[in-house]
Amino acid sequence: MALPKYTEPHYRIWHYVYLTICAAVFFFLVAPLFVIFPLSFNAEEFLVFSDGMKRLDPDAFSLRWYQDMIYGTKNPWGLAAKNSFIIAIFATIGSVILGTVAALGLSSRHMPYKGLIMAVLISPMIVPLIISGVAIFFFMAKVGLAATHTGIVLAHIILGTPFVVITVTATLSGFDHSVTRAAASLGSDPVNTFMKITLPLILPGVISGGLFAFVTSFDEVVVVLFLAGLENTTIPIQMWTGLREQLSPTILAVATCLIILSTLILVTAELLRRRSERLRGINR
Amino acid sequence: MSSETKQILTTDGIPLEVSLKKAEKKNKIKAFLLVAPLLLFIIITYVFPIGDMLMRSVDDKMVTEMLPKTFKSMEKWDGEDLPPEEVFEAFYFDFQKLIEEEREGKLSTQLNYTKNGFKSIIKKLRRKSKSFEEGNYKEQIMSVHRRWADVEYWRAIKRRAPAYTYQKYLKGVDMYENEKGEIINVPEDRRVHRILWLRTLEIAFFVTVFCFLMAYPIAHLLATLPMKYSNLLMICVLLPFWTSLLVRTASWMILLQQQGIVNDFFVMIGLVSDDNRLEMMFNKTGSYVAMTQILLPFMVLPLYSVMKTISPSLMRAGKSLGGTPFVAFWKVYFPLTIPGIGAGCLLVFILAIGYYITPALVGGASGTLISNQIAFHMKSTLDWSFASAMGLMLLSGVLVIYWLYNKLVGIDNIKLG
Repeated sequence: MALPKYTEPHYRIWHYVYLTICAAVFFFLVAPLFVIFPLSFNAEEFLVFSDGMKRLDPDAFSLRWYQDMIYGTKNPWGLAAKNSFIIAIFATIGSVILGTVAALGLSSRHMPYKGLIMAVLISPMIVPLIISGVAIFFFMAKVGLAATHTGIVLAHIILGTPFVVITVTATLSGFDHSVTRAAASLGSDPVNTFMKITLPLILPGVISGGLFAFVTSFDEVVVVLFLAGLENTTIPIQMWTGLREQLSPTILAVATCLIILSTLILVTAELLRRRSERLRGINR
Repeated sequence: MSSETKQILTTDGIPLEVSLKKAEKKNKIKAFLLVAPLLLFIIITYVFPIGDMLMRSVDDKMVTEMLPKTFKSMEKWDGEDLPPEEVFEAFYFDFQKLIEEEREGKLSTQLNYTKNGFKSIIKKLRRKSKSFEEGNYKEQIMSVHRRWADVEYWRAIKRRAPAYTYQKYLKGVDMYENEKGEIINVPEDRRVHRILWLRTLEIAFFVTVFCFLMAYPIAHLLATLPMKYSNLLMICVLLPFWTSLLVRTASWMILLQQQGIVNDFFVMIGLVSDDNRLEMMFNKTGSYVAMTQILLPFMVLPLYSVMKTISPSLMRAGKSLGGTPFVAFWKVYFPLTIPGIGAGCLLVFILAIGYYITPALVGGASGTLISNQIAFHMKSTLDWSFASAMGLMLLSGVLVIYWLYNKLVGIDNIKLG
């Protein structure tokens, strides 16, 4: 963003003001996340930087909150983590299968009422979570699935499929349908064509949709608050209770782990997006 | 030569047009069958339950079924003076049946929604009615408590006779139907919901404005920087986007607390004195700051994807034709970004209007939104029909914006990451 030599002074000043504003906004976006790291290593129980931490005194730092997270007897983080992963994995599998198949139908040019159906399928993403929570709770209570893993998994499939539908339809929009016709003309049946030709080509979209579905489920708290019993507690529920009652450094230890997890997911998603753009020949 | 005289035939001897239509139909069914599983799943587990909420919000059968004889005998009562003996008698027998089934508590809760003061007199009636003698129930019931001799309370019961009601919706906007059937406002000091609706709109509106003001420059920067820098900066936008909502809320709770870093900073630069630290959490400020930061990526991404498609030569052309950079920006660049602005603003507004978690944690009493009220009625007062009514009122607002979004942007154009 170097300025040309002939730029007049007041535009030059304006340009630096603009860059400063941008820097401030980026700082506002990212900085809050980095408060959590150092405080999770605090040796004391308070959520402020102690004097020792400001002097970088090694004694002021400790891993006790991480120990508490893993071995603490009062903390159900172990159960919560297990539940969260089980629920998120099954919800992701369900969302990916249902969403991908639906996206295949939706990107066919023969699909009737495309706009209306798309609007219905995407709606769980748009409707406020509290309303989804109430509605899904009424349904699950009626069919006897409240306070079960199955109920929560189904709820998260509802919330996760819109992301899969969106990412996979986006991938399919640049899809060259002549390759499937070529496969068919060479005698391949539709299932075989899908598995051998279509799926490998749209895989980046499918996986990134799956990542969205996973994160949605793993981070979801509103609907689970309605559905979960004591046995079904998840990481977000534990964090929610913790944040409401007392903000303890153990929560920050958990939060640090979650930030690391989301960084990993972000990197994967970014790599996939770029690969997908390369495969579809979009040069940006 | 008309098409009727010479039709093109396929090898099977069927007219081509018919054959094509057949193939088209087959393809349509094929496409629909692929979508069908998800569509059915969403309709059964999601769309129908929302319809169920609608039923619940207007359903008032509970009281209708609890007092069948009473309401039957009330049909002839004009509601002017105290009801005749037969109404009292019918009420007595309905009530005895409820006591047998141990449902009189539910009745008192329900009637108390209509008029305050029913709880205690129903409890009293339950106790006293054990020793009632046969005949002349009017006198006996009226002697239990003077409110039973008050025609207002009998009118209140009569108002619960219909099986459907829109009372919950009126309550949602701080109105009610009085004894004469007029719809009037509740007294000023008890209007809680209108304030909440206005506050929800206000917070959603300003969060959208703040997000727009902050997102526009950085989206522009991301779109104009060379790839290798913009990719790196994009991570700064995407990392918060992928990070757990609760984690981000927690970080704001740490930052905004009274002994937190933001206050420390203000004290350091001398903006506030040490013993007079700002209250930035558990009030509106907390909701504003945290929601703006959390929703910012949803504004940046649509803006970025639109700005990316604007060729830089347009700005150069504008400048070379004599416009100052500001004029070129305002007349050329800005109008081209309007689709992105529309998409981003609508998305952020939709998300903000239904926010629950962040306001509940950092909003305190003055920063909570309508969603928090819905949750409160679902979990604490257990007035599920009211929660449903409020939810549907919120939903109808959201659906209008959703429809607008679909019209302007197209729902399949949502950009994720």
